Amino acid sequence: MPTKIEKDEYTGKETTGHEWDGIKELDTPLPRWWVNVWLVCIAFAAVYALLYPSIPLGSTYWKGILGWSSSQAVAKSVAEMNARHAALMKRIGELPIMQVAADPKLKEVALEAGRIAFAENCQPCHGQAGVGRVGYPPLDTNFWLWGGTLPDIQRIIMYGIRSGDSKAHESQMPAFGHDGILKPAQVTTVAHYVATLFGIEKPGPTTAAGYKLFEDNCAACHGPKGQGNQTGGAPPLASRVHLYGDTLAAIEYQINTPRGGVMPAWHTRLDAGTINSLAIYVHALGGGE
Amino acid sequence: MRLPISQSFIERNAIVLLIATLITVAIGGLVEVVPLFTIQTTVVKVPGIRPYSPLELLGRQIYLREGCYLCHSQQIRNLRDEVARYGHPSIAAESMYDHPFQWGSKRIGPDLARVGGKYSNAWMYQHLKAPRSVVPESIMPDFAFLAKHQLHTKELIAAMKTNIDLGVPYTKADLQSAMADLQAQAFANADHAGLLSRYPNAMIVDAKGGEVTQLDALVAYLQILGRMVNFANPAVERALQAQGGK
Repeated sequence: MPTKIEKDEYTGKETTGHEWDGIKELDTPLPRWWVNVWLVCIAFAAVYALLYPSIPLGSTYWKGILGWSSSQAVAKSVAEMNARHAALMKRIGELPIMQVAADPKLKEVALEAGRIAFAENCQPCHGQAGVGRVGYPPLDTNFWLWGGTLPDIQRIIMYGIRSGDSKAHESQMPAFGHDGILKPAQVTTVAHYVATLFGIEKPGPTTAAGYKLFEDNCAACHGPKGQGNQTGGAPPLASRVHLYGDTLAAIEYQINTPRGGVMPAWHTRLDAGTINSLAIYVHALGGGE
Repeated sequence: MRLPISQSFIERNAIVLLIATLITVAIGGLVEVVPLFTIQTTVVKVPGIRPYSPLELLGRQIYLREGCYLCHSQQIRNLRDEVARYGHPSIAAESMYDHPFQWGSKRIGPDLARVGGKYSNAWMYQHLKAPRSVVPESIMPDFAFLAKHQLHTKELIAAMKTNIDLGVPYTKADLQSAMADLQAQAFANADHAGLLSRYPNAMIVDAKGGEVTQLDALVAYLQILGRMVNFANPAVERALQAQGGK
């Protein structure tokens, strides 16, 4: 390949000296501004690499002259956020919950903080505004499985229900039908009786027999009138709210193979201020005792 | 500038050109690859991190197969808003037994790095089968079919062995008890002592009717996400500080 650099007669510029089958290549330099931008970029990258964490070095890395690290940056940023809220949120977390609720200023903050935390953490199960769903109790009525006072709600949020936490509420209804404690016909009879308790059926010929079965098997936990027992988490049956549905089929299902929902423990996930705020928010949804 | 070999010489000798190209490309490749050789020493060991239990591992395969990572990330970035919503930023050790990691890059749904334990098993089952029955505004597809398909357990040992090849420390005992551990985690009334000694914090799921479905495995996997490390543990804090992080 000839490497003779010659002047191109049309443009007056030099060729590179390369020639392919008579075609020659002009040696037009890159625009000066472009080269300058490129050089600045290289210089910027070098300075940036020196200032910030950049190059891996075996088991460590170049940490940068500024000593910046993303985990420290976020820790600082979270600390700033907490500091901004600290005065109030810390007090909300530290004070006994009744005192927080009694202080109008703290309560206002707690309601707002609770609303935000509820949307992220509670709404997926309990629904928007805590209306509840089949299997997930409503929080906006005075239907409470384990009690509806502020300390009750606070405790449930902290430790949960059947969550595996040592302080969680525990209860287990016997599987009367499945385990053969009641015969299928008896399950139906007692289910019909329970249905009369909240008015989806009128008392009929089997009601007396149903009441007898109810007294023997159910009243110990659910109370003689089906009013429920919050200490043991036995839901009221003479109630318009039914966790697993208010049809006869749902009652029979629950007597045969009872379900018990799990509420997670939140004290490992949320700080005390947020938990107290949530309790106050839930209490204020409409059913707080 | 005079090079020892002239450009015209290289251009006219295909083999020389090939070798020179190879060397040039190799330099670029090595700069990217070599630092990864030391990755084992760069990831701080954090107390609590363990390999996935057999059921979780197969659940993870379902997660990959269904492309969950296309809409869900598994990395809480070092940003204040993410910490406020999802919890402690993700640390490298939390994905050290993930092959491949599931950090993801898209959040059509929420981040799942710490979703484990956030909801009950019952919610997980219901939500995966019919997302809109619990979250009306959700646009997640229904995965009810997973509950109708038996989990393919015959790939379990092969999957664990592949993980061993990739550096996951499953022991011989883990392999021997793999099927028993899988069954134990799937059924609430099984004996869980062995499972929980090998895989602490494993969430027992609720397989119905004696058969383990793909949905059971997926729930087991989702329920361990973010639950291996207890950030309230001072030893975790010390390990992270030793690394020069937070």
